[in-house]
Amino acid sequence: MSNNQQPNNPKLNLWRDVRFWRFAGQFLAVLIAAIVVAILWGNLNRNLQQLGIQPGFGFLNSQAAFDIGETLISYAPSDTYSRALLVGLVNSLRVMVVGIILTTIVGITAGIARLSDNWLVRKLALVYVEIFRNTPLLLQLLFWYFAVFLTLPKVENPISVLGFIRLSQNGLELPGIQFSPEFSTLLIGITLYTGAFIAEIVRGGIQSVSRGQWEAAASLGLKPGLAMRLVIFPQALRVIIPPLTSQYLNLAKNSSLAVAIGYPDIYLVASTTFNQTGRAVEVMLLIMTIYLTISLIISLVMNLFNKSVQLKER
Amino acid sequence: MQEQKPIVIAQDVHKWYGKFHVLRGVSLTVNRGEVLVIMGPSGSGKSTFIRTFNALEEYQKGKIEIDGITLGHDLRNIEAIRREVGMVFQQFNLFPHLTVLQNITLAPIWVRKRSKAKAEETAMQLLERVGILEQAQKYPGQLSGGQQQRVAIARALAMQPKIMLFDEPTSALDPEMVREVLDVMLQLAQEGMTMVVVSHEVSFAREVASRVILMDSGLIVESGTPDEFFQRPQSERTRQFLSQIL
Ligand SMILES: Nc1ncnc2c1ncn2[C@@H]1O[C@H](COP(=O)(O)OP(=O)(O)OP(=O)(O)O)[C@@H](O)[C@H]1O
Ligand SMILES: [Mg+2]
Repeated sequence: MSNNQQPNNPKLNLWRDVRFWRFAGQFLAVLIAAIVVAILWGNLNRNLQQLGIQPGFGFLNSQAAFDIGETLISYAPSDTYSRALLVGLVNSLRVMVVGIILTTIVGITAGIARLSDNWLVRKLALVYVEIFRNTPLLLQLLFWYFAVFLTLPKVENPISVLGFIRLSQNGLELPGIQFSPEFSTLLIGITLYTGAFIAEIVRGGIQSVSRGQWEAAASLGLKPGLAMRLVIFPQALRVIIPPLTSQYLNLAKNSSLAVAIGYPDIYLVASTTFNQTGRAVEVMLLIMTIYLTISLIISLVMNLFNKSVQLKER
Repeated sequence: MQEQKPIVIAQDVHKWYGKFHVLRGVSLTVNRGEVLVIMGPSGSGKSTFIRTFNALEEYQKGKIEIDGITLGHDLRNIEAIRREVGMVFQQFNLFPHLTVLQNITLAPIWVRKRSKAKAEETAMQLLERVGILEQAQKYPGQLSGGQQQRVAIARALAMQPKIMLFDEPTSALDPEMVREVLDVMLQLAQEGMTMVVVSHEVSFAREVASRVILMDSGLIVESGTPDEFFQRPQSERTRQFLSQIL
């Protein structure tokens, strides 16, 4: 073999070099994206100028002058729009965090129940999954709100569940915590809806672990519950986590349906802000940035978790 | 007294998979310290039979008694028996998400309630015994097939079983790794472990088996010492089978 037969021959023609084409492809994509953004931006500025609006976020420091029904941090109508939006964000985060925790518990429980030896348990789990997965979330939220919470008895004589959960028109009351009907509705709605999808993901994950693993665990004297916890589930997690991440993202985004029942989440507060100030572009940019940031944080955390459960080979 | 009694007594065991009659009245006793090798053509029910010994398979008719405990539908009996019966599988079935050491200590810690330190001490002794002490912190996927099977043997031994079942322990291995696993089993037999081994390794059967049996279509058709089995088989079926594997 002579020297010029070597693969990294420097005299290779440019248009036959894969590296050139890879670079060219990237470059072209960036160029197209930049042109599209520039056109849109120019358009937007021209239109805003015609309407006599000066884009900017100065309005955030003006007085909000509207009330918010539910606040975790102190707030009064005399506070600024930025304070109001912060209240909305905290409300959103509250429902997302509690929702993700609860939906994980519901989803895992229902997913395992789908594989139970007990016929009744298996069928109940199936019915739950099929109903909640196959009806629109918006409909479910309206159902929980109008058909359940608003028909509950008055605060004076609440329904007591398990002795410590009290349900009434004032919402859900646990010892020391009070959840409004709106928060309770949204939480129950997105928890049960997302939980049905997670149940299927968990079931698939468990079924992906080979029968031999169950047999090895059983032959060592591990009872089914322990075998599941110590042997099967940790392996199922490898399969479960990627689709679970997208369910968490769905839950976070679906929490914006709060607007339908009047729970003051970031989306509701933002739309009130927009109605009062007319700052559509700024408000949309702001709220998109917020949802994007939340989604990226969820993805990042789940990616780290995913790395930690991957198998070590060679 | 207890020592005299056979550790396995199977009487007229029948099993059906739907309509398919896979075990058609199998009777067998295994005495303590015995090494029994089961041979037979594929699909004859060898795996199914030994898997009834630790209730991985149910049977529908007959009786199986392990170490004086009857295997029926009583859950406590099943659990009690599984603690006393170790099993080694053809496909190793190690837990891939746990290190070698964790694989071996899992059951002693959670089933036998040993302390972690005690379980790890025992595990290290076992790893030394099967010759892979230096692999303790690795994951199964980082080991060769022969090493994985030796870990699987150590894992079963960690429960201090009274009997060990082997279902074709070397048939998923590359030829050059078969010896290292058979050597471990040989050593185990010499230490007096009661073993029931499904295997077609003739040299192993000749060297260590106290008895060799042949299963065919869900029945035991031949049973004898290695000499009787290989030199003077009684049934035509056995002669035919031996002519294929020898
Ligand atoms: N879960 C099952 N359902 C239906 N039939 C089964 C099942 N498991 C095994 N069988 C059948 O039962 C018969 C005996 O199977 P078994 O695995 O015990 O055979 P074997 O003697 O161990 O064979 P091999 O040497 O191939 O491992 C085979 O015909 C097999 O197809
Ligand atoms: Mg078999």
